[in-house]
Amino acid sequence: MNEMENILVVNNLQTTFKTDAGDIRAVDGVSFTVPKGKTIGIVGESGSGKSITSLTILRLLASNGRVNGGEVLFKGKDLLKLPEKAMREIRGNQISMIFQEPMTSLNPVYTVGQQIGETIQIHKKVGKKEAIQQSIEMLKLVGIPSPEKRVKQYPHELSGGMRQRVMIAMALACDPEILIADEPTTALDVTIQAQILELIKDLQNRLGMSVIMITHDLGVVAETCDYVAVMYAGQVVEYSDVRSLFKNPKHPYTLGLLNSLPRHDIEQEKLIPIKGMVPSPHEMPVGCRFAPRCPVATELCHNKMPQLLNTNDSNAEQIRCWMFSDEWDGDSEVTLYGEKRTIKG
Amino acid sequence: MAKKELLKVEGLKQYFPIKGGFLGRTVNHVKALDGISFTVYEGETVSIVGESGCGKSTTGRAILRLEEPTEGSVTFQGTDLTKISTREMRKFRKDLQIIFQDPYASINPRQTVASLLNEAMHIQNVLPANERRARIEELLETVGLRPYQADRYPHEFSGGQRQRIGIARALSVDPKLIICDEAVSALDVSIQAQVLNLLEELQDEYGLTYLFISHDLGVVRHISDRIIVMYLGKIVEIADKTSLFENPQHPYTKALLSAIPVPDPDAVKNRIVLKGDVPSPIDPPAGCRFHTRCPFATDKCRTEEPLLRTTSAMKGEHEAACHYIEEIAAGTMIEK
Ligand SMILES: Nc1ncnc2c1ncn2[C@@H]1O[C@H](COP(=O)(O)OP(=O)(O)OP(=O)(O)O)[C@@H](O)[C@H]1O
Ligand SMILES: Nc1ncnc2c1ncn2[C@@H]1O[C@H](COP(=O)(O)OP(=O)(O)O)[C@@H](O)[C@H]1O
Ligand code: SF4
Ligand code: SF4
Ligand SMILES: [Mg+2]
Ligand SMILES: [Mg+2]
Repeated sequence: MNEMENILVVNNLQTTFKTDAGDIRAVDGVSFTVPKGKTIGIVGESGSGKSITSLTILRLLASNGRVNGGEVLFKGKDLLKLPEKAMREIRGNQISMIFQEPMTSLNPVYTVGQQIGETIQIHKKVGKKEAIQQSIEMLKLVGIPSPEKRVKQYPHELSGGMRQRVMIAMALACDPEILIADEPTTALDVTIQAQILELIKDLQNRLGMSVIMITHDLGVVAETCDYVAVMYAGQVVEYSDVRSLFKNPKHPYTLGLLNSLPRHDIEQEKLIPIKGMVPSPHEMPVGCRFAPRCPVATELCHNKMPQLLNTNDSNAEQIRCWMFSDEWDGDSEVTLYGEKRTIKG
Repeated sequence: MAKKELLKVEGLKQYFPIKGGFLGRTVNHVKALDGISFTVYEGETVSIVGESGCGKSTTGRAILRLEEPTEGSVTFQGTDLTKISTREMRKFRKDLQIIFQDPYASINPRQTVASLLNEAMHIQNVLPANERRARIEELLETVGLRPYQADRYPHEFSGGQRQRIGIARALSVDPKLIICDEAVSALDVSIQAQVLNLLEELQDEYGLTYLFISHDLGVVRHISDRIIVMYLGKIVEIADKTSLFENPQHPYTKALLSAIPVPDPDAVKNRIVLKGDVPSPIDPPAGCRFHTRCPFATDKCRTEEPLLRTTSAMKGEHEAACHYIEEIAAGTMIEK
């Protein structure tokens, strides 16, 4: 069905952290594909495993973290099996990442020019002078006014929005094929966020890269993504194209999330919250992880974990919910967050 | 229904001194609030919105005199709070409560929930000591927690639950006005919706008045009756909820609303992307403070300060501070 080339395919990723209180399965069943030149969103609430997913892909986990299973196929090659040296090449040249907090990833004692210049020197194998020149070009590209002046400044002399632009300039300095953006605008004001999102989209169109946009903001997802993976408690529960996700959300959690969202663009009567709260990573439910909060959970849901399965015969849409399987043991008509639904089974 | 004034803020200024030089003299000021006025009526929810640093929290803190305002008055039920002694102010703390964004910052981690609530009631002398335990359990149920959780410590609760504890503490002294400073901003949407619904239910039940400070326009549209938009220490627009979202007049309000991503992939976007950053409040632009980013700015805007005013196209108490409201609406202003 899918004619598009997938530049990245993530299959059933499993990442565990050792802690004093026992092991945490931070990522436990994450799968998605990134078609070339497209943007895929990873959306989910705090602690659902979004950042750990991206750090696992780039193999940048903290020392107490371990990948227990799954594969990360970048142009067919499993990144999890590469030697560290080859991985370093990929990280600098083909897959770049920008982080939520630019201050933590910019070095305060070096000027903006030195930092971008270093990346350029390493990856393009050019001299220092040329690197600075190219840094100025990069700053211009990301829309920083008077870039000749800015290259000589230190990160603390820039505003939050400008720092984020510098981060993007650094990430793009090596012409990556994939840009992973982890909450790139969460710390910014909306008018600045609008500038940065526009910038990322514009650069993507010009440079033809693929983007993995990690966010908890459903507005950002709707606006920037082509495909979306919804995460809950370390797992992808729904993967689909952005339009189906918003127009026809299938997983009860996705529906609950959309119903909880206060909107600025329309008048809403009442919010319909999801009851309860996310399970503690130390006490994950044995069955469906959403079962303790799901309004239609059944015996089966509580006892057996559903798999992430294709809904049609294409893999463009996948759901992790018993309701979409032949094994469903609940009613064939259910009401979910005020919405009536008939289950085909 | 006649509206009853509960809080009236007039000409409020808050200048923070900047010390410098080797003598540590005041070399300049951060003009966090530069003369703002508004009224809050009994039983309503008024929100203050705007970008980081525009003075939202400072407004809340100045009203409560957590910071002594530089100038202006804050009249609560007829008493000017800026004129009374600290001692007298303490009595008013009972009527005016605040809930912060970070529940950890405002809750003592070594205190059980019961002792926290007990302390609040003790300070304000709301109930005889022997009746407080029952009241504490009742309060916990009111905010959706269980009575047995009274003897637990804050770290044993989730973020959403800690926010509920903050609400219970505010309620424990029977306040009239609650200032919510980004009270739901740190919460995930599914939990945020629970807390927003709770705040609305409590308002209906106890006739509470809220001054709701938030940068999230979705939350604000949901909870507010009226909305104040701030930019760099000034009010640029004030209106009832419907007017503000359906008929915004100030160019900044329009840009702000248009900048918010809409959770609908089919939404039609007419985004106004503002250039540049918010200027420094130490040396704010002369004339209209928005002129450095406004697409319509003229020479007049650069020198003359626009005052809040209303036009025939604006309903009710809707006001905006811009020289060119009519011209912009008529489409006769040249956009840069
Ligand atoms: N104690 C202080 N000393 C000096 N400057 C201050 C002080 N408190 C606040 N400011 C400054 O006053 C201005 C307004 O701050 P305020 O905290 O009210 O912003 P805000 O609108 O609440 O922003 P946010 O959305 O980030 O919470 C900012 O420029 C801030 O840096
Ligand atoms: N170094 C670590 N040690 C132990 N647990 C961790 C570590 N890093 C992350 N976690 C846990 O992994 C889970 C997923 O985290 P993360 O991916 O950062 O979430 P988010 O979706 O907010 O980005 C959380 O429960 C978090 O507390
Ligand atoms: S599997 Fe069951 S509990 Fe889980 S989301 Fe589907 S219906 Fe709800
Ligand atoms: S007064 Fe001038 S600068 Fe200010 S908002 Fe109106 S048009 Fe723009
Ligand atoms: Mg994260
Ligand atoms: Mg604030």
